[in-house]
Amino acid sequence: MNAPGTGARAPLAAGASDGAWLLVFACWLVATAATLGALFFSEVMELAPCVLCWYQRVAMFPLVALLPMGLFPFDRRVVRYAAPLVLAGWGISVFQVLLVAGVIPEAIRPCTRGVPCSEVQIEWLGFVNIPLLSFLAFTTMAALLAAAHIRSPR
Amino acid sequence: MSRKSRRNEPTRNPPSPVPAKSRGGIGRGAIFAIAGAVLVLLFVSGVLAYRSTQEEAARQAAAKSAAHIASSHAPAMGKPDAKVHIVEFLDPACETCAVMYPHVKKLMADNPGRIRLSLRHVPFHHGSEHVVRLLESARAQDRYRETLEALFASQDRWVVNHRVYPERVWPLLEGIGLDLERVRREMNAADVAARMDKDMADAQALKVTKTPEYFVNGRPLPRFGLEELQALVREELRAAYP
Repeated sequence: MNAPGTGARAPLAAGASDGAWLLVFACWLVATAATLGALFFSEVMELAPCVLCWYQRVAMFPLVALLPMGLFPFDRRVVRYAAPLVLAGWGISVFQVLLVAGVIPEAIRPCTRGVPCSEVQIEWLGFVNIPLLSFLAFTTMAALLAAAHIRSPR
Repeated sequence: MSRKSRRNEPTRNPPSPVPAKSRGGIGRGAIFAIAGAVLVLLFVSGVLAYRSTQEEAARQAAAKSAAHIASSHAPAMGKPDAKVHIVEFLDPACETCAVMYPHVKKLMADNPGRIRLSLRHVPFHHGSEHVVRLLESARAQDRYRETLEALFASQDRWVVNHRVYPERVWPLLEGIGLDLERVRREMNAADVAARMDKDMADAQALKVTKTPEYFVNGRPLPRFGLEELQALVREELRAAYP
């Protein structure tokens, strides 16, 4: 199974996988920071999460446990396993950002009960709100994973 | 055999050269652990910082809005001249309110004549306004306490999944000396609605968003909890009855 060539490529591969490791590690940092941030908003500040927030949490929280499985030891396929979660979360966050911005009209708003997902509960600097933070986190993670995928040795 | 080959698969990315390389500097495991610890530490310090600013804000808000806590129109229990005054915002459909109620009564029983309890109604649960209306009109028959206690005792039969089923309430109030026909007649009176509006307006001014919420001599709980309530009451008792 191990081609003899693998050994010869090892130094180069190690360098490349170091870069990929750091990228996946950075992705884990983003996921963990986002998870703790989300928990801070809901459990400490007691802002009720809307339905879309819950769906984004479903995509975000598992990554905190899943990514380290691919870091120790480094396994490039973790990118493949994490990608569906990151992409799903990214899609939902895009939807919510558009909802908050008013691009998506009221008629198709999916949440009628509890906290409306178009409601802005926090606004820093006049434009930073929680859905935007989520969108930035998922975008960063998608970019990091894509870079890790390209850089990791095949 | 197949099991063995599956096990071998990860060696496609040979892990061995990697630790060898990183052994020169700080290990990956250490980086990971430090980063995790830093994130958790940030979270915990954020929690502590947020809590202390919140407590301070709540104290200031309560001090500013003493007028909203005072409640001459509200049903009260205990001696009127008691020096420790607990104002409780409750929802008869709220489970925690039902759980806390006997503890508040015990506090009062343990300190006879020293604690007064005023009850303010905030029907946050779906359909709860109906029951508050009923409670308010039971006061005209001097059956408030009995009604409230009967409602709390049978709460799981008229509140299902945080939803109030008003019609289920009536049979549960038989036998406490309440004239139910009179309640039905009077519960839609204007004075009942006015008292309910005042409670809701005060709750809004005091930012009461969850039930039960307590103010002991105008001071809010630092954080919700039975021990916190007991501690605050003890503190006020010590100050009022040295």
